[in-house]
Amino acid sequence: MPKVTFPRMGESYRTFKMLMNDLGNEVIVPPRPNKRTLDYGVRHSPEFACLPLKILMGTYIETCQMGAEIIVTSGGSGPCRAGLYGQLHKKILNGIGFPADIIVFEAPKSHPIDFLRKVNRLNTSRLSYRAIWECIKRGWEKLKCLDDAEKMTHRVRPRELEKGTTTKVYREVLEWIDRAYTINEIKEAGEAALRAIGNVPVDPRRKVLKVGMVGEIYVLLEPASNLEIEETLGNLGVEVHRSMFLTGWTEDNTVKETAELQSVKDAAMPYIPLCIGGHGQESVGHTVIYARDGYDGVIQLAPFTCIPEIVARTILNRISREHDIPVLTFFLDEQTGKAGMTTRLEAFVDLMRRKTGQPGNLGSIVG
Amino acid sequence: MTARVGIPSSLFYYVHFPMWQTFFSELGIEVVTSGQTTKSMLDEGVREALADACVPIKLFFGHVISLKDKVDYLFIPRVVCLNKRTIYCPKFLGLPDMIRHGLTGMPPIIDIQMDNREGLFSLWKSYLAMGKIFSRGKINILMAYLKARAMAGRFQSLLLAGLHPPEAMAILEKGEKTTRRRENKNGLVFAVLGYPYEVHDQFISVGLVKKLKKMGVTVITMENLPPGKIARANVLEKKMFWTFSDLALNAAYYLFREGRVDGIIHLTAFGCGPDSMVDKLMEITSRDYPRIPYMSVTIDEHTGDAGISTRLEAFLDMVKRKKEADRSRCQK
Repeated sequence: MPKVTFPRMGESYRTFKMLMNDLGNEVIVPPRPNKRTLDYGVRHSPEFACLPLKILMGTYIETCQMGAEIIVTSGGSGPCRAGLYGQLHKKILNGIGFPADIIVFEAPKSHPIDFLRKVNRLNTSRLSYRAIWECIKRGWEKLKCLDDAEKMTHRVRPRELEKGTTTKVYREVLEWIDRAYTINEIKEAGEAALRAIGNVPVDPRRKVLKVGMVGEIYVLLEPASNLEIEETLGNLGVEVHRSMFLTGWTEDNTVKETAELQSVKDAAMPYIPLCIGGHGQESVGHTVIYARDGYDGVIQLAPFTCIPEIVARTILNRISREHDIPVLTFFLDEQTGKAGMTTRLEAFVDLMRRKTGQPGNLGSIVG
Repeated sequence: MTARVGIPSSLFYYVHFPMWQTFFSELGIEVVTSGQTTKSMLDEGVREALADACVPIKLFFGHVISLKDKVDYLFIPRVVCLNKRTIYCPKFLGLPDMIRHGLTGMPPIIDIQMDNREGLFSLWKSYLAMGKIFSRGKINILMAYLKARAMAGRFQSLLLAGLHPPEAMAILEKGEKTTRRRENKNGLVFAVLGYPYEVHDQFISVGLVKKLKKMGVTVITMENLPPGKIARANVLEKKMFWTFSDLALNAAYYLFREGRVDGIIHLTAFGCGPDSMVDKLMEITSRDYPRIPYMSVTIDEHTGDAGISTRLEAFLDMVKRKKEADRSRCQK
């Protein structure tokens, strides 16, 4: 049985683990990115490569040490660098003595034959296409449950009575979803998870701020790379609306563009009329929409040297002024510290509170 | 009064300026450039542009600021694709937007999209739209466009003859005869690979090419290499998305394989996104060709003259010593 691994992006690894197991592969679960991962990544990656490349490099090295032979990842057609990650990672890995092979999945729409060939290569237990389709459907259901549960925590966390309850319940329900296997079990686990998170005792009258999160997909989705910014914000009494989830992104990029993406592109039109790769255009469009929907602020997350987000950031200045919405940007790299980020977030939250006339932390000290 | 169009002497300037200038002046429009990079331009650019942008982009901001009060229009086209295969860096695609929304008090910006994947005559249509802005007739524009194309061809042939873009531009402008002196005192040939707006900008590259020439080294850049041959040198499973990066990397593959140069220097800018990959791939390739030394030089807004000189001298000495060692080994 070939030992297979894949990049870790939030909780989605639970789905891919199930999918790869079903296809008859042994899965090496990528460990949560930590200090050691980053050290490995920084040592072997190019200096100006973006944080996702470094974290993935570190993850691959760690999983290769655990015996992984095949790495499955996604490609892309540019102009963002991520489309070339697979090639570069493979060269670096082979150069430092890990003979791992990397299977890069390109968009099935533009490379259908290549896609099927790669699926076949991973299909160790020789399942029929119909059986594979069933597996993918179950995986999709699980992915949706995981995303829904996460969305729910964003709503509940800022209103919880006792700090930390939501996170505790969330960790627990993830295990429920993880253990579910058939499609009915998954649906049941998903509903139970939503109920459990909904049962966290909350203060319904608490005034919370609403903040939209835009930026690059990896640092948005992997909490270890953004230093759990959503949890920090939730604890500061801020409801987070993240512009991107793995399910939504997959739909946009494999089947067809959803109406939501269309409206985002329309909103970005006056500022940036064509796709510049990565999520630059989406960041701009989502910010405009958040401003229209009356959000209190927008936070942009991007890896250091991320090209599309730099373009977006330059334009966000103007949007912030025109639409009167505060925008805070974090360019994340291996040097970013959690304390520094928390301080900036606290200041940002105070700024938004004062703008909306809500009593902030500062108010209580002064008063 | 004739309209004045400003073309910043940065980024695409080193690749397309002769063509653009011909096009505009044939239409009777005055072309104003921002000229050589100066310290104050860099300072202005660093102040106005986003801190996380790369130096060339900051410099471009500087050039635009120095130009904005002298012209009626700014020419910052959105160049997406010119060879039907590769596109340009995302920062180039968003360049007009960055300037428009990142700076204030700008004259109207001509941000015509140039993308020749859109059809056979898409490039001509872009130029037609450009000419229409100045309400010129279609025939008029067509003549200007053809003359501009011819100029681009002349420019290209000068580059292939071994001239660097600034020299070639000077020749085209003054109508001088080609005075290519191959002063080759020590017979060494170095390739300086990197984007034209870094390699040929005297200021930001701290005169790297000039310094090498002063040391008696013949310098070839990626513009001097035959495009067809270097495109075939590509060994990647998936080619680079970005035109300049694709060129630089393929040039490296080509030169390493041909083995006719004595050293390869990769000039890159701090924080350049595509280069983080290009540089690593070049480095990995260079390990397979131990006979050709490879060095990577990173520049940013603080690069000092002395530091670069020292590194170049050390590199040159290393190459010379290696040659001598090889020679004496052969004689034994």
